[in-house]
Amino acid sequence: MNRNDEVFWWPARVLHWLMALMIVSMLFIGAGMVATVSDKHTWLLALHKPLGISILALAVLRLTLRLLRKPPPLPVDLPLSQRFAAHASHWLLYALMFALPLIGWAMLSAGGYPVSLGAGVVLPPIAPFDPSVFALLRWLHRTLAYLLFATVLLHLAAALYHGLIRRDGVLRSMVWRRGVRDDGALPPASDEAGTSSVKDASVR
Amino acid sequence: MSPSEPDSANDSTVPSSAPSRLPAPLGRYALIAFVISAAAAAFGYVAGPLDPQRLTPERIVDHLQANGGLHPRYRRNHAKGVCVIGYFDSNGAAAAYSKAGVFARGRTPVVGRFALPGGNPYAPDGGVPIRSFALRFTQADGQQWRTGMNNMPVFPVATPQAFFEQLRAGAPDPATGKPDPARQKAFFAAHPETAAFRAWAKDRKPSASYATERYYGLNAFYFIDAAGARQAVRWRVEPDNGAATAPLTAQDHDVLADELDRRLAQGPLQWRLWVTLAAPGDPTADATRVWPSDRREIDAGRIVLARAQAQDAGACRDINYDPLILPDGIAGSDDPLLAARSSAYAESYRRRTAEEARAGGHPPKELPR
Repeated sequence: MNRNDEVFWWPARVLHWLMALMIVSMLFIGAGMVATVSDKHTWLLALHKPLGISILALAVLRLTLRLLRKPPPLPVDLPLSQRFAAHASHWLLYALMFALPLIGWAMLSAGGYPVSLGAGVVLPPIAPFDPSVFALLRWLHRTLAYLLFATVLLHLAAALYHGLIRRDGVLRSMVWRRGVRDDGALPPASDEAGTSSVKDASVR
Repeated sequence: MSPSEPDSANDSTVPSSAPSRLPAPLGRYALIAFVISAAAAAFGYVAGPLDPQRLTPERIVDHLQANGGLHPRYRRNHAKGVCVIGYFDSNGAAAAYSKAGVFARGRTPVVGRFALPGGNPYAPDGGVPIRSFALRFTQADGQQWRTGMNNMPVFPVATPQAFFEQLRAGAPDPATGKPDPARQKAFFAAHPETAAFRAWAKDRKPSASYATERYYGLNAFYFIDAAGARQAVRWRVEPDNGAATAPLTAQDHDVLADELDRRLAQGPLQWRLWVTLAAPGDPTADATRVWPSDRREIDAGRIVLARAQAQDAGACRDINYDPLILPDGIAGSDDPLLAARSSAYAESYRRRTAEEARAGGHPPKELPR
């Protein structure tokens, strides 16, 4: 098997890990900023808006790349239910990556807030100034953020399940291996314990 | 603990660079469970539920609600008020200190709101001497400057925690429906920083007009000029609307909004915007202290109000006068009250807009008494 079919191509991996860091940070920033009256509220809020717009921009790029090149196939022996869960959760993650920044932007618009990204950059409103629209979007923003956090946890659990229990190469398809081929060479010491190449090679 | 085989346990104790033996499957399941639980617990801590001691916007707004009563679709503080529409004519004098568009010579539209403190929209106008004036300036580039000012030069307390304690001390006694004087006395005794505010409030009579009051921005901010230099400032507005009339009594209920209408029928109302420049060392993190009176002051221009609107249908109704919504060229200081105001106002706004949405989007009506 050609290694290019077994791992995500490098731009997808760069985007995956960069956005993982950004999205997880964003979820913690959002949860923290609304739950404190300290000055953390101020600087977390100042971080939240430009970071959200960056995630939206990267999500566009990522979806484009995803449609451009198919990801590596799931293991053939994966049960149908897990196969379905994998696809459904991935498309849910994509949907939320788009929905949350857009809802946040529209929510601020509906609340009459300037959508300031800092340094004097203000985005145009994308929703009418309306307190009822604000209230709906504010609720959606929070609810979908919790859904995203739950989905991220599920995704993480599934990745660890593939890497530690099934050891089927699914986790490895997204992690970095310093140019090491799949055909039995040792992974770097920092690699996942469960993704030992020897074991994986035997599974294949 | 995982029921690992003896040799695998031995392996794991060897500090070798070689890959160690994999733990037994149960241990690996436990590892997954641990990682997921740790992530969820960290989230629970940051979001608040696992950190019950923290002072949150919810707790502050809950207490405002408890003290003022629950009045759906109204602000949780400064619930009774009136909208005003006008503009700010900048003379350009503050532009040397702030690059904000609002200070360049020229006109900026404003939507403002006069109000009384407290969460009761039916409070008598003559009940307290405090009046507030909020303003939203909208620059041509879409950036905004929002400020909520009060007619006292200092705030009673310096920290959100002390404000929260003040709210608790002012909670109505279930027996009388009024705050317990003993609790309030104990609060003030425990908070000597309230002395300046109490001295102001002591002989202060409730004004019979919003138009004859002076309003102070209270918190310190920074002006940032085109070169990036920061200057600590405070601001206030001085009325130019004639002398104050006889003060109100506690029996005066709804006179301020009508009085404002009568004045506006005669012509626009005006305030001068004064910016005080701090000297090095002046406190920026303490709203209970004024700066020495010899500090340099800049007359930045005139605020002109042309008309008033009822708050239930006016342009100010759905504005959250968050003091940290600032244009490029103005920044918040290290005053801890600023972040607390910002987050508590956001929570108040979230609650009243949710109530608005459930009501089908109709504007709240002032109930006849």
